Amino acid sequence: MSDLTDLYQAVILDHNKRPRNRGKLPQATRWATGDNPTCGDNCTVYLEMDGERIGEISFEGSGCAISQASASLMTTQLKGKTLSEAEESFGEFKDIVTTGREPEEFNEVAAFAGVHAFPARIKCATLAWHAAVDALKQPDQIPTN
Amino acid sequence: MSSDFSNLRLDFPVLDQHVGGRPLVYLDNAATTHKPRAVIDALARFYERDNSNVHRGLHALSMRATDGYEAARARTAKFLHAADPAEIVFTSGTTASINLVAQGWARANLRPGDVVICTEMEHHSNMVPWQIVCEQTGATLRYIPVTGDDAEGGLDLAAYEEMLNDSVKVVAFTHISNTLGTINPATEICAKAKAAGAITVVDGAQSAGHENVDVQAMGCDFYAFSGHKMAAPTGIGVLYGRRELLDSMDPWQGGGGMINIVNYEGSEWKPSPERFEAGTPNVADAIGLHAAMDYLDQVSRPAIGKHESTLAAQAYDALSQLPGIRLLGPRAGQPRAGLVSFAFADVHAHDVVTFADQDGVALRGGHHCNQPLMKKLGLPSTTRASFYLYNTEEDVAALVASMQRILKFFGA
Repeated sequence: MSDLTDLYQAVILDHNKRPRNRGKLPQATRWATGDNPTCGDNCTVYLEMDGERIGEISFEGSGCAISQASASLMTTQLKGKTLSEAEESFGEFKDIVTTGREPEEFNEVAAFAGVHAFPARIKCATLAWHAAVDALKQPDQIPTN
Repeated sequence: MSSDFSNLRLDFPVLDQHVGGRPLVYLDNAATTHKPRAVIDALARFYERDNSNVHRGLHALSMRATDGYEAARARTAKFLHAADPAEIVFTSGTTASINLVAQGWARANLRPGDVVICTEMEHHSNMVPWQIVCEQTGATLRYIPVTGDDAEGGLDLAAYEEMLNDSVKVVAFTHISNTLGTINPATEICAKAKAAGAITVVDGAQSAGHENVDVQAMGCDFYAFSGHKMAAPTGIGVLYGRRELLDSMDPWQGGGGMINIVNYEGSEWKPSPERFEAGTPNVADAIGLHAAMDYLDQVSRPAIGKHESTLAAQAYDALSQLPGIRLLGPRAGQPRAGLVSFAFADVHAHDVVTFADQDGVALRGGHHCNQPLMKKLGLPSTTRASFYLYNTEEDVAALVASMQRILKFFGA
């Protein structure tokens, strides 16, 4: 069962059970949705911008433990970042989930290194990140409520 | 006839392996089934001895290949109780068969204002082809509702009767739901459609090879199925069509093998079924399908269906004891085909499937090519365990034990 324990580390189980920044941001000016049509998972990321930086970030959607925990953890990682900084973080995250290589500096996202042994699940881990980068690239809109 | 299923696993070489350090428990049969030694041998024998193109050559191998291919057609007619082998068109599978009816019959016959009826429980393969042809012709697609919070009520047949009128030209429905395990009353649905003047198209992907199918008794106009879901190779499927309807249809694809006379100005095609088999057909897999039909009938199809349904009912009863589980389709005690679809409140289907795989239990998680029904039921996805003749009570126990472990693991 060691592979599974690697896949579902305590960090992932915790974020899945107690997701951070879940729900719609009422003052969001940018948002984007990602879908995995083959599995029916979806994730919408909401951003409240502070200039070119992410002021507040949240997500909502449904999916497996990997996708939900990844979305939750991502929100804690991207707050305060610009588009290029967010893309850099996403690049590092993709590297972790596809190669299993852990980051040099301690970071909770290292928990996702176990995903690389389950190639079918990589897209679950990256869904929210894709949506966040997409949202950052959107023009600012009037908050919907 | 044999009803001893305990040793049938030995007929399927692929099942003799370990996954996750445990003997493989394969419960993804609604997606595809495994092939018995007899089918694998038939394929090897064809390629080693008879391989040739059909209907064209005058040499020994070509004649043997042609005989084998046409014998498979005759065997399929017998398998479905069709009146005539000419009513059997070989295709690549259920999807191709349904598209052939949609584009070959419906596109030529539907007019704006006409109605096609399918059901809310259709697989995408018996829904999307009708959406396409309705778009092309201006016809309207309507759906027979599925009833019950967990779809336990099956199709709303009263609503179906109300939908029927002169405008309805096609009624397309699945014989057995791949998502719910519901067995639809095919004979009744066909009779009502016929009385209203509509043709019927039955998706038999989950019923052929699981029970005796008699297309004449069922009264359907078309019946489609795939070989690979009933112990035969992938890439071979069947469209049964009533002769009169097939002969009235123009070809869908042009090419060699489907023509009588070709001139630069135009061509004249052969009658069915060759009319619909342009190009070199899938000879080897048709021969593999023949071997699969022989194998299934040697075991006995009614016994296979009963065996699977018994296992599914056992799984349903045992799973219903688990906390936070929601089971779809017929309730305990109601007729159910050989599959069980379920969702846990706190564990997503993909986590379930990944976890079960580590226990050597192969399941399917997702929307099962039925996104609209999943939306209606308010579920992003479900986990499905589907049984076939080689599964056993031990497999049900392995499934349930794996589900108990996953609930514990996720603290649900």
